Amino acid sequence: MTSKTISTSVYDWVDERLGLTELAAFARHKTVPVHSQSFWYYWGGISLFLFLVQCFTGVLLLVYYRPGAEAYESVRQITFVMHFGWLIRSAHAWSANLMIFAIMVHMFSVFFMKAYRKPREFGWLSGMALLGIATVFGFSGYLLPMDELSYFATKVGLQIPMAIPFVGEAIANMLRGGPDVSEFTVQRFFALHVVVLPAIFLPLLGFHLWLVQKHGNAAPPSVEALPASERKSIPFMPNFLRKDLAMWLISLNILALLASVFPWSLGKQFDSLAPAPVGIHPEWYFMSPFEMLKVLGAILPGESGEIAGLLLFSLGIALWVMIPFYDIKSSSGQRHRAAHYFGLIAVILLLATTTIGYWTIR
Amino acid sequence: MSVLTNIPNIVPEPQEAGEQLTRRFFLGAAGAAGILYTAALAYPIYRYLASPEEMALSATAVTEVTLKEAQKLAPGSVLMFKFGTAPAMLIHHEDGRWIALTAVCTHLGCTVQYEPQADRIHCACHGGVYNPYTGANVSGPPPKPLTLFKVAVNDAGVEVSRT
Repeated sequence: MTSKTISTSVYDWVDERLGLTELAAFARHKTVPVHSQSFWYYWGGISLFLFLVQCFTGVLLLVYYRPGAEAYESVRQITFVMHFGWLIRSAHAWSANLMIFAIMVHMFSVFFMKAYRKPREFGWLSGMALLGIATVFGFSGYLLPMDELSYFATKVGLQIPMAIPFVGEAIANMLRGGPDVSEFTVQRFFALHVVVLPAIFLPLLGFHLWLVQKHGNAAPPSVEALPASERKSIPFMPNFLRKDLAMWLISLNILALLASVFPWSLGKQFDSLAPAPVGIHPEWYFMSPFEMLKVLGAILPGESGEIAGLLLFSLGIALWVMIPFYDIKSSSGQRHRAAHYFGLIAVILLLATTTIGYWTIR
Repeated sequence: MSVLTNIPNIVPEPQEAGEQLTRRFFLGAAGAAGILYTAALAYPIYRYLASPEEMALSATAVTEVTLKEAQKLAPGSVLMFKFGTAPAMLIHHEDGRWIALTAVCTHLGCTVQYEPQADRIHCACHGGVYNPYTGANVSGPPPKPLTLFKVAVNDAGVEVSRT
């Protein structure tokens, strides 16, 4: 038997059991629309790539990280003793931030292209859930080095659920593992960060990606309104995939540059008796809600302000998540202005409160 | 392909060969760049994972260990200590002789044990037996003797060094 006939018979054997030919046929027929907004199609892929970087660098950190009382010492060791440990840690932290940024760009592009419309409601919902989990990844990961900043950020962050009436304190204590942030907190945040969250995130991500395969990329209403002859598309295999991978390479280069030129710092070890450091602030993706709560707290002082803030904030998020269910007019191709304005207000509010937040730190 | 066949064949042969050369050069350069890129990614990861190995390597470079107060060790007893990263034992024999040797079995690396009542060094994993004065492999599977160290006893402690 020649090598060709051997490889053919091996392929046939596998194909008969796994249906490779069907998959290949599916991949051949998959196309991606081409129009003036095609650039935004890359951002889901970029988010996915950065998530893979997170998994990879996360496992590398796991090789030396020790949760609990030794957390700070082990991160210090990773950063200053292990060869290139600073780089691995820096890449993990930078990639986390870039991933949240990429997911947000992806979310807003989906919103403004109205890609959440029928039949893609589940894509939108699962995407929102993935973003939500990604921020919890960020919040829990931020504590793990147990330096001054992470200690106070977690302390402040866990004050927010305290505002929930009746059960707030129990929830906060459950998350903290006691009335204060301690080595018990870092231990359970670690379990959350490396076991619980990935266990929820991965199947959801699989669902999200499966939906993209099932429904394909959504074209914006303006493109959908065009006659079929004027709508352009390119094959996914290999044309779009090639561009996708080029974007991954660009992302990796940007990440490598940021991680090595601006290495992530490690502060002093936390001290539960030390005062909060000057200029402490939440991560940029929490800055906006943090600032909104602060502003509302100033208008409505006391507990009522906190509760009102939480309520308003939850309402805003609920409205945002539920957009596919009330922006239904546009499914006929007609542009729905209200949803568009809602999106613009959300962007402006997000940018404005984030700017004010950073402005008022100084 | 159909487009290409429509073009009259006016391209001279040598130029075609030149194009092939640049194409080959381009592919070669792209391949080399890819290998360099991958190596640049893999190198820090390899060094990162190999860090403890390198630390151990500098520890095995140790040539001398001072065991404080070990001169008080009673005859017929043993003191386990670390020589570099590996376990070692200091035996004070009944006859007053001081012997220090590695405590790592040469068979499969278990830590061996000094048995004063049997006057032997025994490995519990596969029954290897060594001579407690010379380190020689007496019976069982060990292929080589245990390495002996030089011992110097003074008032402050015991100094163990490589021979």
